[in-house]
Amino acid sequence: MDNPCLKRVFTKLPEKRWVMFLDSGELETLRNLAGGIRRDTVSRLPDLLEELEPNCQQNGIQVHWAQTTEEANSIVLNIARKADAKLAVKGKSMVSEEMELNHFLAENGIEALESDLGEYIIQVDHELPSHIIMPAIHKNREEISEVFQKKVAPAKKSDTAEEMTETARQVLRDKFRRAELGISGVNFAVAETGTLCLVENEGNGRFCTTMPRVHVALMGIEKVVGKLEDLPPLLTVLTRSATGQPITTYFNMISSPRQDGEKDGPEEVHLVLLDNGRSRMYEDELLRDTLLCIRCGACMNHCPVYTRIGGHAYQSVYPGPIGKILTPQLEGIDTAGYLADASSLCGACVEACPVKIPITDILLKLRHKKAQSKKEHHWTELEGAKNLFEKITWKGWKFAFSQPWFYRMQASILSRTAQFLPDQLPMLRSWSRFRMVPRFSEKPLHQLVEEAGIAEE
Amino acid sequence: MDTSRSQILNALRNSRTGIPFSESQDLPKIPVPEWNLEEKVERLKNRMEAVHTEIHECTEKGFGKIFREVIKQKKITNLLYGKKTNWGNKLEAMRQRGPKTMPELIPYQKKIEDCKETLFSVDAGLTQTMGAIAETGSLILKPDGQEPRLLSLVPPIHLAVLDSKRIYSTFGEAIREEGWSRPMPTNVLLISGPSKTADIEQTLVYGIHGPKQLILFLIR
Amino acid sequence: MRRNYPEKPDKVYFMGTCLADMLYAEAGLAGIRLMEREGVKVIYPRDQTCCGQPAFNSGFQEEALEVVLHLIHCFPKAYPIVVPSGSCGAMMVRHYPELFEGHPLEQKAIEFSSRIFELSEFLHHVLKISLKDQGVPVKVTWHTSCHAKRELGLGDEAKQLVKQLENVELKELEREDECCGFGGTFSVKQPMISGEMVLDKCSDVLKTGSDYLLSGDCGCLMNIQGSLEKQQSRVQSMHFASFLWERTRGS
Repeated sequence: MDNPCLKRVFTKLPEKRWVMFLDSGELETLRNLAGGIRRDTVSRLPDLLEELEPNCQQNGIQVHWAQTTEEANSIVLNIARKADAKLAVKGKSMVSEEMELNHFLAENGIEALESDLGEYIIQVDHELPSHIIMPAIHKNREEISEVFQKKVAPAKKSDTAEEMTETARQVLRDKFRRAELGISGVNFAVAETGTLCLVENEGNGRFCTTMPRVHVALMGIEKVVGKLEDLPPLLTVLTRSATGQPITTYFNMISSPRQDGEKDGPEEVHLVLLDNGRSRMYEDELLRDTLLCIRCGACMNHCPVYTRIGGHAYQSVYPGPIGKILTPQLEGIDTAGYLADASSLCGACVEACPVKIPITDILLKLRHKKAQSKKEHHWTELEGAKNLFEKITWKGWKFAFSQPWFYRMQASILSRTAQFLPDQLPMLRSWSRFRMVPRFSEKPLHQLVEEAGIAEE
Repeated sequence: MDTSRSQILNALRNSRTGIPFSESQDLPKIPVPEWNLEEKVERLKNRMEAVHTEIHECTEKGFGKIFREVIKQKKITNLLYGKKTNWGNKLEAMRQRGPKTMPELIPYQKKIEDCKETLFSVDAGLTQTMGAIAETGSLILKPDGQEPRLLSLVPPIHLAVLDSKRIYSTFGEAIREEGWSRPMPTNVLLISGPSKTADIEQTLVYGIHGPKQLILFLIR
Repeated sequence: MRRNYPEKPDKVYFMGTCLADMLYAEAGLAGIRLMEREGVKVIYPRDQTCCGQPAFNSGFQEEALEVVLHLIHCFPKAYPIVVPSGSCGAMMVRHYPELFEGHPLEQKAIEFSSRIFELSEFLHHVLKISLKDQGVPVKVTWHTSCHAKRELGLGDEAKQLVKQLENVELKELEREDECCGFGGTFSVKQPMISGEMVLDKCSDVLKTGSDYLLSGDCGCLMNIQGSLEKQQSRVQSMHFASFLWERTRGS
């Protein structure tokens, strides 16, 4: 659990981010603007999607709609088969992780190769990303060097970050040249112009979207924005929140496939719009705010839980605070609702979120949904028992705390007896591993005020 | 899948509530900084140099001399460029006048499928820029038939030429002033430095997939 | 988040909170004494219990609602209600309106919410108290409660009060506003993560070389104090109300 890589990074990263916003007033205005644009976008989501589609089509981009990840996968497979693709190079795409696309394509005889350096390292080592912006953050240089020696280029000396970067450059350039298909995500899709925007530093995204003959862009339906003029504030908060940069090396705005007279660029561009539970989130006015997310990762970088346990502990595509609210909604409250419990509700994520997603409020709502859930049969016996125990506990609590006479009696008994409780009781055991059992006051406050003659009404 | 399309849109329409957010609430405005030309140049230079861009300021007349120096220093023996462009013509003229001091000029004229070998083996590529953004230190490129998309990506050194009069203060100003939107060029790029990564232990390394060096000739 | 503060009232209610009632009773009484000293009459309704947060934060809103229904009836008059806990204060200010959405007593709940003030903000902004230190020189450090800061929008009111004390040196934590790992049931549902968080908080406290750890939230206090004591540290944990009262009671 205690990963030194995470500790090293996260004691520095949040500070770095804030330094970029010189004064807090400017930051607050930007957050209000960016959050406002996202809120406006989400409030007009169906209209904007219907505006985006024909504008893309007019530009020559083919638009596909998928309700489920299975549907999206089969759309991509069809395109790949038509393109006679054996090798697909991929830019970073969280939606493709949702789809488990690499695995699916591999089963169908198509190699999908990650080309973002972090993603590439993870893929070569058969791991999963642990952070949405810095996928290999949990690995140190020695571990990565070992991966390179074993699986990338055994003949090359790849010890320093520079050497490994150079090795990866050479290996992947060869792949870019050969790949028939390029797959990317989409950071923003502009409805008014039918433009797909990608944000990146490495240039692999540009390779994937330019070099292969066919480009498939994968996008969650919430990633649309209305106008070109919405882009600057969103881009600013995205890059600053993600890595503390005023801008990334590349901001790539793709509006059409190769036109007459052009010498490069893909001959076909496909846009896959994936729902995968997003329209269900849209049903509830609060849960809908989950769709405001621009996937910057700031909530993870500022989360005291994430920075201690790392991304893999969440066992889901999206780790950290955003994962805690997204995953239970994507996969269902009965299978992933437990994630909503893994928060102290400290709100550091809400403070960091550049578009002001009320993450803790959404967590509370999901906990409520989970408490109300009747589908206990999905649970293992232990989970079922725990859940029943919790339900009974809160029923008892309700009785004790809404009956003043009972409450007072309990308080006064506890104050006299609690020090005799053995700290190995199941409830106390997890507490007392790190702490002494709380000492009750000799006399509860009720009694103290009575004795002190404080007025009662 | 037409059914998926209508089912997704119907689901969204059925649960939509209230009026659009922007109609119920005014969004704050971010003031555009009022920088004069010199301030914009300074800002652009600071930002771009901070991300390892090499910048050479020169007049149009003085370009030749500085360009040759850079070519020599970087040991650039051949250069990919766009034919029938303003700066492409200048390069050709320079080469005609003094072939010894100029690298071999290779125009990007064939379709990518027929020139991958060349594209991946040249020392450098030169592009013009449509402008720049002072606030973020970004060059604006609009690749086209003459200067294709990969010209600024594949060669390990990217040489770019910018007319300092075309520096905008902010990205938003560039979008408004240039009247982007319909029809958008097939591809628009903002480039802020050579390609970079920090995926190994957060160590910043320049030159991962795209150019290892970005050299800007800023024409005053 | 700016809060509106009333003129100094003649009478206030004190909502002790269940944690203070059982674990930090003397802090509750100290809070009452600090206000009485300013000439304010303090009323402590005897039937009060809990703000409902433990159940609410666990997703058991219906159970929470019943306890809250009981609670709000204990404070019928229009006096301000002062709470010695940022977290309970945040529950009552931020979450009652949504808990009561569509409920017949919605208006009453909103009105109740609008009367809630956390103790340090009340002492600082409303009573504008000035404190005369009578204690020996000590070093203290301050842990900010997440809910006081992020949900209630409090600033450094409590620290301002502590800074009034002449012989007290305030040593700031490196990561003052990082969560201590309590989070109510989080501490027992995720014991390992919570444990690591509180250990980090304690080492931050110990680094300051302080004699006292002060906080305005009994939950955080119980958590950090428990861990400091487990480590047999000599640092004493105290609610800021107890600390202020102890150092100024002779005046």
